[in-house]
Amino acid sequence: MASPGVRVLLLLVLVSSAHGDASGINRTRGNRTLTPEEEEDSQQHHNNTKAFPVLSFNFEHVRKPFEISLWILLALLMKLGFHLIPRVSHIVPESCLLIVVGLLVGGVIKALDSDASDTNSSVPVLNTKLFFLYLLPPIILDAGYFLPIRHFTENLGTILMFAVVGTLWNAFFIGGMMYGVCQIEAAQLGDVDLLSCLLFGSIISAVDPVAVLAVFEEIHINELLYILVFGESLLNDAVTVVLYHLFEEFSHAGTVTITDAFLGVICFFVVSLGGVMIGLIYGIVGAFTSRFTLHSRVIEPLFVFLYSYMAYLSAEVFHLSGIMSLIACGVAMRPYVEANISHKSYTTIKYFMKMWSSVSETLIFIFLGVSTVAGPHVWNWTFVIFTVILCLVSRVLGVVGLTFIINKFRIVKLTKKDQFIVAYGGLRGAIAFSLGFLLTDTHMKTMFLTAIITVIFFTVFVQGMTIRPLVELLAVKKKKETKRSINEEIHTQFLDHLLTGIEDVCGHYGHHHWKDKLNRFNKTYVKKCLISGERSTEPQLISFYNKMELRQAMMLVESGSLAVLPSLTSMQNIQPRDTVKQRVIPSISKRREEEIRKMLRSNLQKTRQRLRSYSRHDLMMDPFEEDLSEVKFRKQRVEMGRRVRLTETHLNVHNSLSFKGMVSQMGYSMPLQGGERKENKQMKALKMWGFIMFIFS
Amino acid sequence: MGTTQTRSENKYDDLVTKTGFSPEQIKNLHKRFQQLSENEETISKEHLHSIPALANNPIKKQIIDAFFDKRNQHQDEVGSFQEIGFEQFLMVLSHFRPPTLKMSEEDKARIRKEKLRFLFNMHDTDNDGTITLAEYRKVVEELLSKSGTMGIEAAKAIADAAMLGVASTNVPHMKPDEFYEGITFEHFEQILKGLEMETRMHIRFMDVNTTTMRCGKSTS
Repeated sequence: MASPGVRVLLLLVLVSSAHGDASGINRTRGNRTLTPEEEEDSQQHHNNTKAFPVLSFNFEHVRKPFEISLWILLALLMKLGFHLIPRVSHIVPESCLLIVVGLLVGGVIKALDSDASDTNSSVPVLNTKLFFLYLLPPIILDAGYFLPIRHFTENLGTILMFAVVGTLWNAFFIGGMMYGVCQIEAAQLGDVDLLSCLLFGSIISAVDPVAVLAVFEEIHINELLYILVFGESLLNDAVTVVLYHLFEEFSHAGTVTITDAFLGVICFFVVSLGGVMIGLIYGIVGAFTSRFTLHSRVIEPLFVFLYSYMAYLSAEVFHLSGIMSLIACGVAMRPYVEANISHKSYTTIKYFMKMWSSVSETLIFIFLGVSTVAGPHVWNWTFVIFTVILCLVSRVLGVVGLTFIINKFRIVKLTKKDQFIVAYGGLRGAIAFSLGFLLTDTHMKTMFLTAIITVIFFTVFVQGMTIRPLVELLAVKKKKETKRSINEEIHTQFLDHLLTGIEDVCGHYGHHHWKDKLNRFNKTYVKKCLISGERSTEPQLISFYNKMELRQAMMLVESGSLAVLPSLTSMQNIQPRDTVKQRVIPSISKRREEEIRKMLRSNLQKTRQRLRSYSRHDLMMDPFEEDLSEVKFRKQRVEMGRRVRLTETHLNVHNSLSFKGMVSQMGYSMPLQGGERKENKQMKALKMWGFIMFIFS
Repeated sequence: MGTTQTRSENKYDDLVTKTGFSPEQIKNLHKRFQQLSENEETISKEHLHSIPALANNPIKKQIIDAFFDKRNQHQDEVGSFQEIGFEQFLMVLSHFRPPTLKMSEEDKARIRKEKLRFLFNMHDTDNDGTITLAEYRKVVEELLSKSGTMGIEAAKAIADAAMLGVASTNVPHMKPDEFYEGITFEHFEQILKGLEMETRMHIRFMDVNTTTMRCGKSTS
């Protein structure tokens, strides 16, 4: 375990080397041309006497990528380091620890730089462009691609209410009350006008998806609450964008007219719906492209990433909501792409997304810490304290009020516990900070930034740290950890059809009716277009069953042993005794077969070896008995083979679509044949040894 | 007029206590019942078969049978009706009422049991108290019936795997010569524990008077 001292040393070394070249990520590279010239000069000077330089130092050449890599490396090493101290990482969420590290790093850089006389601090700050274009998209894409669709659509009304109405309420309440606070003589805030307050309110009101993800991932709360808070944090992006631009325009113009307000409302619809539309278009195009990637499997993951990123950037071009575009793209693309791509590409996509989003999140929090130390601060007690209090108050009021209205329309009502978690989970994060950073430079800007940072720190530290014990205390329902079983899937589908049927009998076109219509439209038209081969007509139950079998087969192969049985129940226990098992082998697609074959073959090496060791062990026991006949050995081998095949049938559900059936057909007969020759030699050796023992006894 | 009104109100009161619907909901459902039955007193299977929206439903037959199943009437009778009246219609639909906020844990458990019982009855067609392998296979086949020939072959495999799953969860250590008869109601409850039936198996019944949906038949 690395002691804290060693780690601080490591930290200092990394930081000072990063700083050693007076770095700043948003510094211009102006002085690059000097160094080569200088080198040339010195070379000309010593042209006659200097030997050929074996080793030379040219750092400027690689400075920018070097710095970026160093920062990322630092972030990841910190992340590693936290898990070496289990007690701390249990109590404090990772986001807090990362912010603290950022503070330390920022402090160190500032201290090292304190002798520099220029006001332009060399501490890197969270550059808005860096944040919005590079750090935020991976996190949102990861969240959107793996969004639990079922829960999301079931609760869409509630989520939209919280996102739109809740954020509007927050913005106006905070803005209005802050204006009232600013009117107090003692605060010396007289120059803050209403529009600036409203602008401030709109920045600080939005719940941040990055912070919510960072905290909620660790507490494993049930899906409903998770999707409510997280969905709200995603969908309020449109509201935030519109309000921000609106108030910024107004604060320049100075006055507001009714037409402006009306245009603002229209703008909201354009921003959100336009964003979603762009996302859908890119998603469909991406799904269509994946239909043709049969012969170039290696580049499949790139399509997913690039199409999604393009969706985000295209939305940003028109000032539409990039986040909603990204989510819509991921959601639209996913079912079709997953049906088309290979298993390896699917794994690649999953892990790359997790990796990128993890790195982004880490970097964001560290930079938040660093920027806190760096930026100029204007601390105004009244302003900051009131901001924090008002944020909390408005959040609670908003959630309680909206739930009261929402519960009239919901079947599964939200309890007081649910409301508390939703209110408490309204964390603010880096988006608020970046938006604040984008403001035009005024005296108020620094004051606003200070207040924003304080609110972010308060929510992330206080609320982030206490939410876990509160969840335990209130006994909030946790996430269901096990994967769905085949029975649950069958009955979920059965229930869907049943409820649609009952709705039809009752004659009203409810929720299930429209869902059923959408599914049928999807099946008859869209799937045929976007999915290649005969998987386009595969019903959902069969693809679920195939996925499950694949998972089980892989688990079986990876564990290497045939005797991994959770229970001893087998097919014999289920089939009635008089029926004869039909061994019908229908056609599965050739492509599928090939994939399965390759996968199983590549993993069979392990099993082959283990089987050989098992057989050797069995044979070793017998040589010291009297009867060393070859026949006995062969009998034992046959017995063992039978036992192997019997345990194998316990798992062989049916020979038709079972991959384990293929395993038994292909693989396990092979080692028993391949090992035979070697065992003959072994048996001969054992016989000799037994004979020798017999002679000497 | 006064007497008929009070009589119908009393009739509705009776139904309200039996099924738990509100009077407005019962009134709306009565309208729908009359639409389906072409203003007669009872509906038969043909009336339900002729609803056009049900044509695309893969488990249409099971749903219609469930309406005529005596076991769903909470009265310990078995067999099936030929025709049902409005009260029986309501009793079946009462299984799909949504849960209310102020429910105790026992109430929730009771409602979950009722709903699971309804599903169980739908699967257990010969009423022997267990879902045998053949019956379960039929269920999966029906689910995949709209999916062509691929469905029929896969249905067997899926049903077998599912049955194995039930057996493994409930009776983990069976000797090789024991025979698992079928899924009993307790086992059925056990495997569907995670689905939270009391919150999932419901539809929204209209309180307000919606304009009647044309069910495709012309009402004279």
